[in-house]
Amino acid sequence: MPHILAVLEQRGGVAKKVSQETLAAARSLADDLECEVHGLLIGPPNMKGDGLGEYGADKVLTSLDGELELYQASRYGQVAAEQATAGEYAAIVVAATSLGKDLGPRIAARLGCTLASDVTGISGSDGIAVSRPAFSGKAIYRIKITTRPCVISIRPNAFSPILTSHPGTIEEVSAGNGGKASDARTVAVKAPEHATMDVAEASIVVSGGRGLREAEHFKLVEELAQALGGAVGASRAVVDAGWRPHAEQVGQTGKTVSPNLYIALGISGAIQHLAGMRTAKVIVAVNKDADAPIFKVADYGIVGDVFEVVPRLTEEIKKAKDG
Amino acid sequence: MKIGVCIKRVPDTETRIKIGADGKSIDESGVKFVLNPFDEYAVEEALKLKEQAGGEVVVVCLGTEASQETIRTALAMGADSGVLLKASAVPLDPLVVARALAAELEQGAFDMILFGKLAIDDYGQAVGTMVAELLGLPSVSAITRLEVTDNTATAQREVEGALEVVEFSLPAVVTAEKGLNEPRYPALRGIMLAKKKPLEIKEVDLDQGGMEVVELTLPPERKAGRIVGEGPDAVPALVDALRNEAKVV
Repeated sequence: MPHILAVLEQRGGVAKKVSQETLAAARSLADDLECEVHGLLIGPPNMKGDGLGEYGADKVLTSLDGELELYQASRYGQVAAEQATAGEYAAIVVAATSLGKDLGPRIAARLGCTLASDVTGISGSDGIAVSRPAFSGKAIYRIKITTRPCVISIRPNAFSPILTSHPGTIEEVSAGNGGKASDARTVAVKAPEHATMDVAEASIVVSGGRGLREAEHFKLVEELAQALGGAVGASRAVVDAGWRPHAEQVGQTGKTVSPNLYIALGISGAIQHLAGMRTAKVIVAVNKDADAPIFKVADYGIVGDVFEVVPRLTEEIKKAKDG
Repeated sequence: MKIGVCIKRVPDTETRIKIGADGKSIDESGVKFVLNPFDEYAVEEALKLKEQAGGEVVVVCLGTEASQETIRTALAMGADSGVLLKASAVPLDPLVVARALAAELEQGAFDMILFGKLAIDDYGQAVGTMVAELLGLPSVSAITRLEVTDNTATAQREVEGALEVVEFSLPAVVTAEKGLNEPRYPALRGIMLAKKKPLEIKEVDLDQGGMEVVELTLPPERKAGRIVGEGPDAVPALVDALRNEAKVV
């Protein structure tokens, strides 16, 4: 019987939290199809692959090699496609992270199968069907996947980790043959210019827009983000104006985020921005203009000047956290 | 250097999406279509490579008849010629699209092939990397920096909280992320010249692959929220609501 292969991610030999989400999505599909979940963890030789059974893996396959500590696109693709072919799998699930968005298409192309990206809902009760946002969340496709195997990448923060009492087994598998000399090689991973939390991964995002009036005033946004332990985001207008790096841009030509809390400061709420953050669990908006479209999607709003409201908010959040 | 750029015609980012009568696609009436914003970065980078190393830039687009206009936009920016792989519709299955593009690109003896990292309609972020795999070429996706020296190149891609530096040899495929460059606007002269540049149309017959759209719906409207108050005095009530009602702080 075909099973589900969950391709997991590690950093420094330890499975990343998003891998628990990948396993949760794979598990729910496997429960519908009444089959097993096999996790595949590709990484350095000291990686153990333990502690994943309880998140839903019946078996964890580890592929170990010194060169696999960093993401090497071609070798990761080779290893994953090899495992996907060696077992009989109905679906290969990856997370739609920077790594998964690169690796997923490689696996699918090597297997000659389809790929559904950035999936937010998954079901195996009547064949395999997925929900996935299009137009950056302005619309949602419901798609039946008619061929097997298939590759599915799941959106981070869309699936909650599950806990089982199942320990799971661990098995070491091939690490591939080292690839071709012409393959692209990741030679370094550098810290970005500002060491910050990624806006797409963060569970709290504080974003600023034109209402901040100039780049220097983003300090207000940074301070609130820091008080909350969240990441800084930005509207397209301020990124295009060069105030903030594009990696922070939330919206249709930036990142799509689904944090637990999204705070929009001085952002009016253009359609393309709303598309990038409307799936946040809770949205807070602070804006001078009571008619700003952002208030139509916000759960809580304060009509007021960001320069007066935000420092107070930062202070109250700090107090609340200390209390 | 022979440079290929794959582009797509997509609804403008300001488009308010309406669902079409079939319930499976968007209502295109009144929608303004543009060159996919991420493809603009790819075209710009291709033009810069040509300025640096000489050669030609060929634009390849899979799309309907109307995509000719999109190709003309890229030609107006400075690309030399275009190929339209004309289909009755662009399927959602990225592998079907990738196979059609790879079949065309394979014959072109390209040194470098560029894509936008994703098309803002399907938001799949798969086709460029799939094409590279199908052609057996090294590739780097979502790059924010590219340096090419003879037959080798270095690219930088942003990953969560870090930058990956990737080395590879040509021929290769890269997909462009915002930040790679500032795309040029077509000048009037470029627009005039573009009208005379060669644009070849090839009919392609595509199946729908492994995806069957059941429905396309608008996301659920968010429940109307409330204005907690005005000015800084409303902050304590907001923090209270975030702590005790929403329980997110």
